Amino acid sequence: MIALLVRDMRLAMRAGGGFGLGLSFFLIVVVLVPFGIGPQAATLATIAPGILWIGALLACLLSLDRIFALDWEDGSLDLLATSPLPMEGLVAVKSLAHWLTTGLPLVLAAPVLGVLLNLPGPGFAWLTLSLVLGTPALSVIGTFGAALTVGLKRGGLLLSLLVLPLYVPTLIFGAEVARRGAEGLETTTPLVLLAGITCGTIALLPFASAAVLKVNLR
Amino acid sequence: MTLTITDLGVARGGIPVLEGLSLTLEAGQALVLRGPNGIGKTTLLRTIAGLQPPLRGTVSVPEDSLVYAGHADGIKPTLSVAENLSFWAQAFGNSDISAALDAFDLTPLAGRVAGALSAGQKRRLGLARLLVTGRTIWVLDEPTVSLDVDAVAMFVAVMRAHLTTGGLALIATHIDLGLPEAQVLDVAGYRAKPLDMNDFDGAFL
Repeated sequence: MIALLVRDMRLAMRAGGGFGLGLSFFLIVVVLVPFGIGPQAATLATIAPGILWIGALLACLLSLDRIFALDWEDGSLDLLATSPLPMEGLVAVKSLAHWLTTGLPLVLAAPVLGVLLNLPGPGFAWLTLSLVLGTPALSVIGTFGAALTVGLKRGGLLLSLLVLPLYVPTLIFGAEVARRGAEGLETTTPLVLLAGITCGTIALLPFASAAVLKVNLR
Repeated sequence: MTLTITDLGVARGGIPVLEGLSLTLEAGQALVLRGPNGIGKTTLLRTIAGLQPPLRGTVSVPEDSLVYAGHADGIKPTLSVAENLSFWAQAFGNSDISAALDAFDLTPLAGRVAGALSAGQKRRLGLARLLVTGRTIWVLDEPTVSLDVDAVAMFVAVMRAHLTTGGLALIATHIDLGLPEAQVLDVAGYRAKPLDMNDFDGAFL
């Protein structure tokens, strides 16, 4: 499993691996929003947590179909399925590799980009914390969607439609943590719910993803 | 080490293609599957490899002994030949790849990016994967596609060495491998009867 993680990380870093895809999309969204909204610092400060969360979510969505599509096309997925790796482990490693190459860079970039949106001072720590807790759920849910649509030509559209509703709870509680944090309010409730969603998806969804992947490989 | 198949029926896309197939393969034996295009050779091999469930009948394979090689080689174009092979070796719990590189004359290409290989070289890399897995039952689907005469000879030599060390092989191929000890089975004789489309499932096929 470690070999698979190393391979996936290596593939993501090499040319055409799409490592910077999510990150650059996030950058573009966050840079363009102030141009569209206008330069009122107070308005930007109000919408900053929400925009940063939506930007991170869409950037994550952009790279989901690569999780299994490339392995499916070159036949690796069949060979991995017949290897000693358990399918659940394979799916979990794929989610982890996706988070390390997409989620983690977004978490690290978000505070820097928060400056562009005039995010209030106390909000930076809460935004980072909410993204750290929320983005793993985005990767795990996304892997489930990718497993459902593997083998479909242009499956990206279907994948987005399937995954977006499942992202809603994470977005609501994640953005709520960042917003409350930025305004200096109590954040415990949304923080606990956000962490709960993430823990739940990590515990349960790899089994569902492995099951649908087995069906899709037939 | 025995591969036993009893009264196996396989389906592709819900439509039965082969039925009533029984065979037993002992250590050291190779079986070449023949039959016209579309008869269900690939479906049969995928079923034996466990990628899809049989329609009926059973496939009994000793645990952790089978390796499958399909039409696609599972090669990552941005990784080097050695990196590709090392990954598969590690996935199967091994580490040494030098013997496999030598067997298919890939040592001079070890550092090259796999995307820059020719079709035949890629296929040789795909076949070298079999050696690093350390598995005894090889299930191969058209292993000699795009190989030249010399490379086919390399493959036959590797296959012969595999069989003499107690390995088993099930090969679907259209060419004459020059492997006289292998038995030949024409699966055309096991073609499934056309499905009665008047049942409930028939409406969805």
